[in-house]
Amino acid sequence: MAKSIKIRARLKGDVTTVKCLITHPMETGLRKDSKTGELIPAHFINEVAAEHGGNTVMSANWGVGVSKNPYFSFTFKGGAKGDEVKISWQDNKGNSDSRAEQIK
Amino acid sequence: MTTNIKRRVLLKGSVAAGTLGLVASAGLLTPRTVIAAWNEAAFKAESVDDALNAAMGEASSAASDSIKIKAPDIAENGAVVPVSVSTDMQGVESIALLAEGNNSPLVATFSLGEGAQPNVSTRIKMGKTSDVIAVVKSGGKLHSARKSIKVTIGGCGG
Repeated sequence: MAKSIKIRARLKGDVTTVKCLITHPMETGLRKDSKTGELIPAHFINEVAAEHGGNTVMSANWGVGVSKNPYFSFTFKGGAKGDEVKISWQDNKGNSDSRAEQIK
Repeated sequence: MTTNIKRRVLLKGSVAAGTLGLVASAGLLTPRTVIAAWNEAAFKAESVDDALNAAMGEASSAASDSIKIKAPDIAENGAVVPVSVSTDMQGVESIALLAEGNNSPLVATFSLGEGAQPNVSTRIKMGKTSDVIAVVKSGGKLHSARKSIKVTIGGCGG
């Protein structure tokens, strides 16, 4: 699971823009398997957090309404080139992953 | 002797409350320093008001011009609708994103930490043509903006 996250963090002026892509099925629990006709159980990321320098700059709670292979981006002040931004997620089945990337 | 009896009662009680206790301890005792616990009630709510009540503490919000929602007018594929929310308000604590026509309208909540700017984007699923609502909590008050998005193919399973 270690490579489920892609991060781009760019510094422009004093604002850092973080863009993040996570690979995840994000099943709603409402979809049916086309072969067996059974419901596919819900499987989605519900918590995401972004850290910079030990502070949580952004944390998010997600529901099933977030698209498959979620993308999200945000901006924050106080970042510097070379600093690490760490993003971690956790899903409703208890899986989790995290990745750190340097600000460019 | 009394202590013994009490102990019995306690033991019995704890067996009965066993399942409940497990659930509670799973939530309370796991070290969760980074993020607040996922708000199940809010994400399972079936109306916008219920979801806002559970997620933000109140359902009423003042419409605000300073919240900008950037999203397509027509989404060809409801499974992937890019939505950006930004505002020039000061002291924003959190931003919630809702799709009014979805079975469970609340899509995501973002809470802003130190240094974060009130500016988030993500991609959401929409079951049918409806309004997307952005609710911004700033200074303890809720402000909202909405934008109608026409969905040609729904993206919430089925």
